[in-house]
Parts: sequence; C-alpha cells; structure tokens
Amino acid sequence: MTTSTDHDSATLWRDGRPVYDRGETVCVVGAGPSGLVAIKNLREHGFGVDCYERETGVGGGWNWRHDRSPVYGSAHLISSKPFTQFPDFPMPDDWPDYPHHSQVLSYLERYADHFDLRPHVWFGTEVVKVEPADGMRWDVTTRSTGGYGAERTHRYAAVVVANGHNWSPNLPAYEGLDDFKGRVVHSSAYKDPAELRGKRVLVIGGGNTGCDIAVEAAQQASRCWHSTRRGYWYAPKYLLGRPADQFHDAILRLRLPLRLRQWLLQRTLRLAVGDLRRFGMRRPDHKVFETHPIVNSQLIYHVGHGGIAPVPDIRRFRQYSVELTDGTEVEPDVVIAATGYRPRFEFLAPEALAATPEGRPRLHLHAFSRRHPTLAVAGLVESDSGLLPLVHWQTVAIARWLRLREAAPQRAGEFWTGAVAKEADRRWTGAKVQDTPRHWFEVSHVDYLRALQKMIDGLAGARA
Amino acid sequence: MRLIRFDDWASPVPPVRREVRSATPELDEGKPPVLFVPGFGHGAWAFAEFWLEHAAGRGFPAHAVSPRGHGGSGTAPKASLRAYAHDVVQAAASLPRQVVLVGHGAGALVVERALARYPARAAVLAAPVLGGWATFGAAVRRNPGGTLPAIFGGRLRLSRRQLFSREVPDAVAKGYVGRLGRASARAQWQLLLHRAPEPAVGDPPVLVVGSPDDRVVPPSALTSAARRYGGAPLLFPGMGHDLMLDARWREPIDAILDWLEKGGS
Repeated sequence: MTTSTDHDSATLWRDGRPVYDRGETVCVVGAGPSGLVAIKNLREHGFGVDCYERETGVGGGWNWRHDRSPVYGSAHLISSKPFTQFPDFPMPDDWPDYPHHSQVLSYLERYADHFDLRPHVWFGTEVVKVEPADGMRWDVTTRSTGGYGAERTHRYAAVVVANGHNWSPNLPAYEGLDDFKGRVVHSSAYKDPAELRGKRVLVIGGGNTGCDIAVEAAQQASRCWHSTRRGYWYAPKYLLGRPADQFHDAILRLRLPLRLRQWLLQRTLRLAVGDLRRFGMRRPDHKVFETHPIVNSQLIYHVGHGGIAPVPDIRRFRQYSVELTDGTEVEPDVVIAATGYRPRFEFLAPEALAATPEGRPRLHLHAFSRRHPTLAVAGLVESDSGLLPLVHWQTVAIARWLRLREAAPQRAGEFWTGAVAKEADRRWTGAKVQDTPRHWFEVSHVDYLRALQKMIDGLAGARA
Repeated sequence: MRLIRFDDWASPVPPVRREVRSATPELDEGKPPVLFVPGFGHGAWAFAEFWLEHAAGRGFPAHAVSPRGHGGSGTAPKASLRAYAHDVVQAAASLPRQVVLVGHGAGALVVERALARYPARAAVLAAPVLGGWATFGAAVRRNPGGTLPAIFGGRLRLSRRQLFSREVPDAVAKGYVGRLGRASARAQWQLLLHRAPEPAVGDPPVLVVGSPDDRVVPPSALTSAARRYGGAPLLFPGMGHDLMLDARWREPIDAILDWLEKGGS
C-alpha cells in the first residue's frame, strides 16, 4: 500500500528543497498500459510502487479523454487479441478478433481494478525532473498537472519510465508549409471522419494510421489522395480464414529460414492481395518484414473503387496546392499528416539514457539504461505484433533485476557486467529493417522475446 | 517461465458458451472472489449444491465455472486440458478482483495449468487428481469396469463408492452420480500422459486438501502434491472423493476459507 507522504520526514535536501525518502519504493512514470503492467509486476515481486500520472485516469494514449491521446474514432487494433492482451490477463472470449480502441481502454481499466493498481497511482501529477542521487537512487520531482502547486521531490530506489512514445507529434518541415492556405492537421489531432466530409483530402503517411485515415477519407471526402514515400506490403487483416498475424505465427513456429519465410509470405500476399502496380501503387522497394507491418484490408479495396488515389511523396507545399515528387500537383482543402510520433523524455537528462545526438536512447534490450542499473524504460519498442505482451515481459525482467540487485548485490554486479554492460547495441529483428527514424526501435516479437527469455532465465540462474 | 507461446498465438482456444454459477455476499467485505473448478464429469452444479452459498455466507464472493463440455457449458467433444484451463482463466479474468482458484479432482490439474496463465491470489487443490499411473492403478483395482473403457476413449465412470462416504444416503448419492457427465476422450488420456504444467505465475500460495479415505486419490498422491508446493496436505478422514457433496461438506470448505482469511491469500 502506498503510504502517505505526510508521514515521511524530510531529512535530505536538494537545491534548497526537502527530499522525501521513499526507501525501497520504485517510481513508475505514467499509468498507460506500460505503466500499469509495470506497477502490477513490481508489486507482484514485492516492491512498493508510486506511479505518477499527469491525467486523471488510466490508459494513457488509449484513453481518448486524455489530451495527448492519439486515437481516432474508428481506431481498431492492428494485431489480433492473442498478440495484444497481457499474457496473464486475457481479453474476453466474446470480444472480436480486432477490438475497438474503446474496448482496449475498458480492458486496461479492468486490469487496473482487477489487480488493484489505482491506489498506487498519483493522478493529476506530472513528473518534472528525474535526477540521479547518491547510492544509485533517484530524485523525482513532481507537481500538479498544468504547473499549479508547489513542486515536491521524492527519493526512490529505482525509476521505471513508461511515458509512452506515441504522443509527441512528428511533423516534417516541408518546404512552403507555412504559406499553405489549406488546413494541415497532424493525425494526433484527427478524431472524427466528419471533419473530412465533402472536402478534398490529402493523407500523408503509409503507416497504419495513414492507411486507416485514407480509408475514412475515401468514404467521407469528395477526393482523397494518399501520399507515401515508398511502396509497401499491405497485409490484409485476415488470411486463409484467420487473423493474418495468427497465420504468420503458424509459419513462424516452423522455424523456417528468414529468406524462405519472406518468399512464402510475399507469395501469399501476391496471391491474396495481388500485384499492387495494377492499382497504380508502387512496387515495394524492400522485402516483407523490413518495415513495420501495415495491416489493412480496406485500403486496396478503396483504391480499387477509385476512392483513394495513391500518390508519391511530397516535394513542397505551395499556397493553394501541394507538389509531389513526380511533378504533379494536387489541391487539397485538408492535409492530414499521419507522420508519426517521436519518443520524448523531457524530464530526464539525455546522458541518463545514453541518447544519440538525434535523441534515440541507447538501452539494453530497449529497456535497461547501461549507465544506471536502477533506471529502466518500459514500452519503448515497436513490434510486428502487439506491444502489451512485450512490455509485460520487459517489466517482469525489470522487477527480477531489481530484486536480484537487492538480494545479492555482488551477483547482480557480475550479471550486469556479463549480460548488460558488454552486449553491444542489437536489433531484435530477423530481417534487415529499414533505417528510418521510425524503425530504430522496431523488433520482431519472437526474436525480442527470445532475448528477454534469456535475460529472465539468466536472472533466475544468478539468483539461485 | 516460457515467453514464446506459439500455441496461444497461432492457434488460440476457440470460444465456447460458458456456465458460471455464483453466490455473492450481501455486503462486500473486500474479501477475494473464490472460483471453484469441478473435476471431470462434474459441473458447476457440484459446488452450487453447498459450497457456493456457504462461502458467500462467510463473505467471499463465490463462483463456479463448468469447463467446456461439462454442466451447462457448450459442448466440446475434442477439448484438451488447455481448453479447460482457458475456460478457467477466462472466468477468473472476468471477475472484478484477483481470484482464488479452487480445483477439485481433475479440476486441480486444470487449475495448475490455469495458474501458468493467470496470477491467482492463491490456489487450493482439493482431492487433486493430478494423473499418473499410481492413480490409474488404484482406479483400475477399485473400479475396473468404469476405468478400463476410458483407455479406448470411452467414458470414465466413477462409482458411488468411490465418490462418497457411507454417510451419504444411497438415493442422494445415486442422484449425484446420475448427474455426472464426461470429459472429452482427449482430456481423459491427458490424465495419464501430459506435460508437466508450466510454473505458476505470480508465486501464489497453494493449499492441498483431501481425505485419507478417498477411493480415487491415494494418500501418497496427496502428500506428493502438497510437497510440490512446499507443504503438507490438510486431511479430512472419513470423507469420500467428492468433498463438496459428501455429508460433512462443511469441514473442508471452512478449513479452506479459514486458510484464506489467515492470509493464505
């Protein structure tokens, strides 16, 4: 149970302000899916947990009431239930294969209630600063969301950052964007297809969001152009009568070599979806698995019905039109930029995560800081399946690591030098994934979970 | 702990209509919900007879689930242990708070599997039939006519004398035996041949209860089951296998609830 901070006596000071010592308690930043599963697994391993959440409810980005939520009205899951649910708390049998985003929120709320996580969350409290303190501990400074009230600093044994990576919009600096007279909206601000009714719409971005919005525009707008940088592989949501990812894993379990798998899947897609050039789309310039998978059954359908005109990348914006890289110009009223998000950790010094100059944290298994054994990030991966199972095992590994540190510091040290500090940056993908800014933390769920399995087994071994 | 779960990912268990019977206390005292899992042939009705109401009377929200093919749940002639465990986990996750799982007979075998997929608050294995040749041998000796057909996919028939003590009037015992159904042939075979369950997640405390006079589970099986979870079995001499239907049904359920109240959970 979280004890009230009023009982703590402040005997420590930092920058002239008292620091309240929370002992062996672990701090979790954010109560979205990653934060919730972090609280649950840390509690299960016997830790006290204080979680800070800037909003007044759980669910993070999946909670459409939250101002940073990226979900739009029609958003459905891209991965089917078995890949999306926590491995120890299944979604109900009577839900569809691909639940709606509001169902995901109710799932997360049920998860929070089922495991009684809310008493550990300080709602309406945002984290301002996370700074290293003596003895590998952390000073976490918080205040009421919106900057009201005084800042308070608590000292924690460890910090698990779970602030999500799909809330800070990434809008490329297109030439001439400022002069464009039409409306430009990032997909994070797009909620309702009614905004598009009767308009001429240009959707930028070939990710899952871009494709979803293009499909909505095809049904609502008077015209829809869909601009992508390259040709992609579009997997349908169902293949051979079952969710496509379940079909994919049925192939994966055969442990075929990657080349053969790529051939097999490309073959299947060509049979099921067809040659995309027939639809005026470009041929993919890469093999399947080399970009984040796009799963959309309706895009090709609407292209085939003339509702969506696939166009190449943007060259520049003009006052009333947009010029494309093939020289043609289109004249949209509304531009929806589904150009993704950037991870941001504004409360943490970049050194703490050993971030590269572009701001990419360099973490062991995308989770463990190499410099600070008591700092970890949960949920900073993009996977070819759902995220929740991966974060579940990440947080199990984090909890077991912190337990080992507490129980046997020396063996923990040996484990750290052996397993974490030495291991070079790796990418847990079978295929050579495209090196674009959205793909640096792309992982294949099987490769990544095998690596986590190794770490969790190693921790168990070190403990014995 | 196994992270790679192709079975769960590539071929999830298909959904089936599921019967859950419940008795909840009038006043929520914050006690954990208890989910009872019947053994082969039994359904949720076996707990609805006495235990559900009794647990609710002591302040525990009590529920019993019929695994597919049992009781009022949908039919599933080809179900495996995994499918039964899926039904238990689904029922557990649908309850508002973290539950205690109580498995009776072969239901204990199902609960062991469910524990690998759901972090229960605690688990109780009552007269657990965890399979193996010793149990099979005992069953063949006591009731060859009811046991041997199961080898060939026939129904595993348990007799009145195996299930109940002599304190249960014959007519009542006959009534219960008449209500018994059957598990799928596949699940019956899995009693004999199955992989060891994956370790329980969340490290729940586990209690084993049983009767030394159980004519299905030999005392040695009780002891070894309890030893696996680092304890000794809690014994109720004179009772038959069906602890929840026997004449002295009150004693084991009270002991289980006492254990939960004392902090077993």
